[in-house]
Amino acid sequence: MTNLIEIKGVTHAYRTKAGPLPVLDNLNVSVPEGEFCAVVGPSGCGKSTLTRLVAGLMKPDQGEVWLHGERVTSPRKTVGMAFQNPVLLEWRTIIDNVILPLEIVAPRMPQRDREARAMHLLEMVGLKGFERKRPSELSGGMRQRASLCRSIVHKPDVLIMDEPFGALDAFTREDLWQTMRDLRAAEPFTCVLITHDLRESVFLGDQVIVLSGRPARTQHVLDVTLPADRRIDSLYTPEATEMLHLLREQIRIAQGRDGDLH
Amino acid sequence: METLKKIAVPVGSIIAFLLFWEFIVWVNDWPNYKMASPSDLPPAFARYSHLFIEMGWQTLWRTVAGLGLAVLVGTLLGMAMGFSAIARDALYPLLVGFNAIPKATLVPVIALLFIGQHDFNTVLMAFLISFFPIAVSVGIGLSTLEPEYRDILRSLGASKVTIFRKIALPKTLPEFFGALKVSVTLAFIGTNLVEIVSPHGRGLGALFKSGETNGDYPLMFAVLIALAVLGIVLYYAVVALEKIFAGWAERPQS
Repeated sequence: MTNLIEIKGVTHAYRTKAGPLPVLDNLNVSVPEGEFCAVVGPSGCGKSTLTRLVAGLMKPDQGEVWLHGERVTSPRKTVGMAFQNPVLLEWRTIIDNVILPLEIVAPRMPQRDREARAMHLLEMVGLKGFERKRPSELSGGMRQRASLCRSIVHKPDVLIMDEPFGALDAFTREDLWQTMRDLRAAEPFTCVLITHDLRESVFLGDQVIVLSGRPARTQHVLDVTLPADRRIDSLYTPEATEMLHLLREQIRIAQGRDGDLH
Repeated sequence: METLKKIAVPVGSIIAFLLFWEFIVWVNDWPNYKMASPSDLPPAFARYSHLFIEMGWQTLWRTVAGLGLAVLVGTLLGMAMGFSAIARDALYPLLVGFNAIPKATLVPVIALLFIGQHDFNTVLMAFLISFFPIAVSVGIGLSTLEPEYRDILRSLGASKVTIFRKIALPKTLPEFFGALKVSVTLAFIGTNLVEIVSPHGRGLGALFKSGETNGDYPLMFAVLIALAVLGIVLYYAVVALEKIFAGWAERPQS
């Protein structure tokens, strides 16, 4: 199997008034095609920088990012993005929001086909009947569902998510994990998920990458051994508990608190 | 019932205001060469109705022309300031300084510069006084666009023009219309400033001036009312445009 995403020796620093601020230090990540890669790490360790690099929104100082065997130097149409803020366009209806990427990626696609594609996704995430509403009429969880539909409407090879469920309450978040799992079963895509939630990383991820504190290096890679058809219950099995324990330990090391007694 | 209330309340308040005005004049026993009362106005309108229509139109089209110019130039300046930090740093002090100049002082300057060009002078003043709020609000609207909004399209390789058309422009519309409501009133002030301070016999300002010269107080007050009505009409024209183009920004009433 080929690696769809290949991050090789990426080092990056932001230029600030107080001098360069290194955020990534010789980072290496490989994600095979179709895999779900969850990235966890301490706050401010450069996780969001990683998403922007993969999306081609910025170039690293050193090192290379490869997608599909091509070096990434600028944005490409085969990427989908979702953020913590659903960033829906308030002046468009839900369905028109979902269609937006198609207007850029497939300008010649007939409007009827675009709407059919968007409706198909909205139905899958349980937003049927809300397609003509404005974003301001929907709850936070529903807005994030619409945002997810928008990020995959153009069938991207790679979905990049930067804490997409971070602003939601615990139960809505678990609902959306299951939605995400179902979407992936229906339309396979490779996914990079940035998160602060270890349970989320284990529930959704095929592999979990723990980044060290800033500047971020790959500190640990965990292969999630849960079965493919996971349920929320799967998080309460001994194996899951063991993995969560291990991740917690790694985060503690990443935070530089080796000596602390928990 | 709801619509009746919506009409009855403002109409009632206007009638109450007119009654109060009439009462003040009556109780002080002011003659109409000192202070006109509402009952003096209908005769004044009737006597000079052709002048009101002719001069009202002159004031209206000059104001709208000045406002149109302000929208065009204000939007372009706002775009420059919104997209480029250098343009913002360069333009901002100039604009703030220019805005601080009381515009009445510019009337003689403009009158001397473009001597005899009354229509042009008036439109120019309406423009000069009203472009500032538009430039500032468009500039701020564009420069405070959250980066995520841009990234949704940028990550798909969309061009800057596309991002502006699909995201930045519509997102700035509510701010733009907010500023336009302020600018409408300002443009009116600009037009009348020239018509009154630099008399050339055109517009409602000139009619006001002639009322003053002839000691015709009812006429002067009738002009004030006519100006208020024109102002209201233009204001609500902007509100109607706002409803069409930026109605989405209104919160659903609960």
